[in-house]
Amino acid sequence: MTASILRAGALLSAVLALAACETAGADKPLSPGGQAPTPSADVKPLKPLPKGLDPAADADPFPSTYTPMPSRPTAIVNAHILTGTGREIEAGTVVMSGGKILAVGAAVAVPAGAEVVDAKGRWVTPGVIDAHSHLGVYPSPEVQAHSDGNELTDPNTANVWAEHSIWPEDPGFDRARAGGVTTLEVLPGSGNLFGGRAAIVKNIPAITVSAMKFPGAPYGLKMACGENPKRVYGSKGRAPSTAMGNVAGYRKAWIDAADYKRRWDEYHAKAARGEKAEPPKRDLTLDTLMGVLNGDIRIQNHCYRADEMATMIAISHEFGFHIAMFHHASEAYKIAPLLAKEGICIATWADWANFKMESLDGIEANAALAHRGGVCVVIHSDDPIITQHLNQEAGIAMAAGNRIGLHITRAEAIAWITANPAKAIGVLDQTGTLEPGKMADVVIWSADPFSVYAKADTVYIDGATAFDRFDPRRQPKSDFELGQPGEGAFQ
Amino acid sequence: MSRLALCAAAGLLAFAPAGNAAEPASGGVLAIVHARAETLGPQGRVEDATVVVRGGKIVSVTAHGAAPSGAQVIDAAGRVVTPGFVAASTNLTVAEIDGVRETRDDSAGGRLGADFDVAYGVNPASTLIPLARQGGITRAVVTPVAGRGYGGDAEEAAEADTAGAGDGLSPSASLFAGQAAAVRLSADDPDPVFKTHAGMVADLGADAARTTGAHASSLILLREALDDARAYLGRRAAYERGQSRTFDLSKGDLEALAPVIEGKTPLLVRVHRAADIRQVLKIAKAEGVRLIIEGAEEGWIVAPELAASGTPVLIDTEADLPVEFDSLGSRLDNAARLKAAGVLVAIEGSRDFDNLRQARFNAGTAVANGLAYGDALAALTLNPAKIWGFSDHLGSLEAGKEADLVIWSGDPLETATYPEAVFIAGVAQPQRTRGLELRDRYAKPDDGLPSAYH
Repeated sequence: MTASILRAGALLSAVLALAACETAGADKPLSPGGQAPTPSADVKPLKPLPKGLDPAADADPFPSTYTPMPSRPTAIVNAHILTGTGREIEAGTVVMSGGKILAVGAAVAVPAGAEVVDAKGRWVTPGVIDAHSHLGVYPSPEVQAHSDGNELTDPNTANVWAEHSIWPEDPGFDRARAGGVTTLEVLPGSGNLFGGRAAIVKNIPAITVSAMKFPGAPYGLKMACGENPKRVYGSKGRAPSTAMGNVAGYRKAWIDAADYKRRWDEYHAKAARGEKAEPPKRDLTLDTLMGVLNGDIRIQNHCYRADEMATMIAISHEFGFHIAMFHHASEAYKIAPLLAKEGICIATWADWANFKMESLDGIEANAALAHRGGVCVVIHSDDPIITQHLNQEAGIAMAAGNRIGLHITRAEAIAWITANPAKAIGVLDQTGTLEPGKMADVVIWSADPFSVYAKADTVYIDGATAFDRFDPRRQPKSDFELGQPGEGAFQ
Repeated sequence: MSRLALCAAAGLLAFAPAGNAAEPASGGVLAIVHARAETLGPQGRVEDATVVVRGGKIVSVTAHGAAPSGAQVIDAAGRVVTPGFVAASTNLTVAEIDGVRETRDDSAGGRLGADFDVAYGVNPASTLIPLARQGGITRAVVTPVAGRGYGGDAEEAAEADTAGAGDGLSPSASLFAGQAAAVRLSADDPDPVFKTHAGMVADLGADAARTTGAHASSLILLREALDDARAYLGRRAAYERGQSRTFDLSKGDLEALAPVIEGKTPLLVRVHRAADIRQVLKIAKAEGVRLIIEGAEEGWIVAPELAASGTPVLIDTEADLPVEFDSLGSRLDNAARLKAAGVLVAIEGSRDFDNLRQARFNAGTAVANGLAYGDALAALTLNPAKIWGFSDHLGSLEAGKEADLVIWSGDPLETATYPEAVFIAGVAQPQRTRGLELRDRYAKPDDGLPSAYH
């Protein structure tokens, strides 16, 4: 063990020497060891870099260790089902086995040996997905020691990863689960132009964040338009302090990223051909941006105003990447055709608006008008309370559309909190709808889920009962709440 | 108005007033027939009710009643009619955009404290008044907050959190936020304040401790202030002659606290944890002060004490997280438990206007967590009117009361429901809001012209 560490250390100094050579130029002096840089002729190009120094060598240095909880084959019968794919089945069956959905339909047989759950009078939907959460990074209680959501030390902190800030004991995860939330995208805050990487987690109680990480989910990169970055940095007397400063900051970063990507692509091409090549120095900030340019990391862009969304789209064209979703997007209804053409989802609230200039034009019908305009619509929370009531939020947003005759059905609107967020964060192939083969992330609601009176009775995650309103053994509480007033017995 | 909105109006708003100006009911007599009236008064729910309004006041609510001849008749066709909702504690009319300091008049900052009075800053032109009416709210109690400023980087980090813009308020030196006022949310009302000096407001708990130094410091300062006010009250003349002891509070503060000491005006205290609630109950009892508690996330723990002292609470029934160490015991059934213990409960949305419409959904959430439906409606209407001392003329559908009423498209606590008609003191209110105008501008089919021409 010691020997291998030493060896790694030796390699590291060699590479650092190379990096110094590359960035500082040949006439600049010395490596950390005080010796002259190794002449490039001596480089052994075929020797692979330590994986920590090559962004392509290990794209997943903090891998998921998530393991589904034990489950048993279960058939939910007599349920009013919204599949998330646009289907509504008034009396149907959902069969789950081995953590996956086996069958969904009106005439589905219950397999022998399956536990039968009678959902007569109740509704079943896919598990709710909150595509904009700060659970864990701004946990409860809100204290300075846990205020880990905004790395406000540089406008570009694409190098930070939300998963390294998540406190798994945040009681908010438990409350969200009791509201039917089975998957979350936990984002850094919006104080920076580039806030850092988002983490996709399964909403399961865990001691480590690795054990929550959604297997195979892509990373997101939080970007922010508008007031927050320019306020934060303007108040520090540095750029950006204006909207135009924001845009200059994005563009500079993408130029740097393109250059970084070119250097790594060249290096890998040469190395693959067995040619001599000097590896670029790894840069965690540019790694993340390069991941976007390579199509591996999805842009999750906080942006309220129509004009600013249009500017961000122009930047994406300029540098060749795709924006997965605009978050908050209070003015999406003003540019629905553009968003539909670009294939960009929007994540918004039902009616939260008017709290700052850039949210001034938020309206209740935003989601509905965008939806009818062909935009992929997501109802998000950005809030540890709203995340527990995303079903209500979707109901309010749906009603605002139907009030003006948009005829949005429950079967459509349920996708706003299930299939569409799954699509936007890149896990629709695994969850987000009730379709055979997908993860059995399922909610049984006490009533029409869009009703204010609906409660999540049972929440399945990968087929396991993660929450049951009627079974105290299935109402997990975080370590933090033990011994506290109320002891987390929140309902 | 766009075509879409016109269709909606034709289908649903047949009885809404034409145009955007408020109009008095025809001949001063209005009859709403075939309503499901939730009176919140002794009559309870009246099916197939006829509600008669004359001169801005409710004349009667009767089952299957006939409309007086000559009355303007509105057929509610079985829809729910409730009293207008009362926002129990809000910055409506004194704050337009939370993140824009120039639009904030809900906090004194600087020298003023108890003598600060929100009534001077009430803005009848607020675009949020029509929006509030779209939530069925016809009256609001405007309560000030004590600006606490930012405590450092952590707060800045938190306020930069995605959506937030911070409260933008200047730090206040005072424990007291100032005096509340009650406003009528009628259109085109140049003087909407109908009750001044409705209450004195003090922010205690962890927020205040950031300024005062400790939970205990705030409580001690409260007690000292009340003692000073009492001493001053008894020696006003001596004070004027400069023959009384000196007081930390200004003359304005002492005068403002006088009606609190005399028991004429309630003291609204924002506290959260059970221990603080017990402390303020003790102080109130010792000082003979009428108390209202806002927040009270741990109210359920001290429900018997609250009930025994007759102390009402204003609560956010969605608050179920230990968001601070003051509210570790937050739970969704707080309202149900408080009510069961006999506490008078008003339900509010979270404070800022943007969530004011949330109050009725919060009431629905409270019902889902054990509060009786009628009690939830009362928590939005009669109870806040009682708490703030205007239930003699508002808060329920009873003969003689002002005719604030709302005809709803469905169950007023449901997500899909909206008000189809709103009356304030008998006057039909326009349905337009800035948000609805934006909606209709952009819902209009593209005609090749910029939307600004729509």
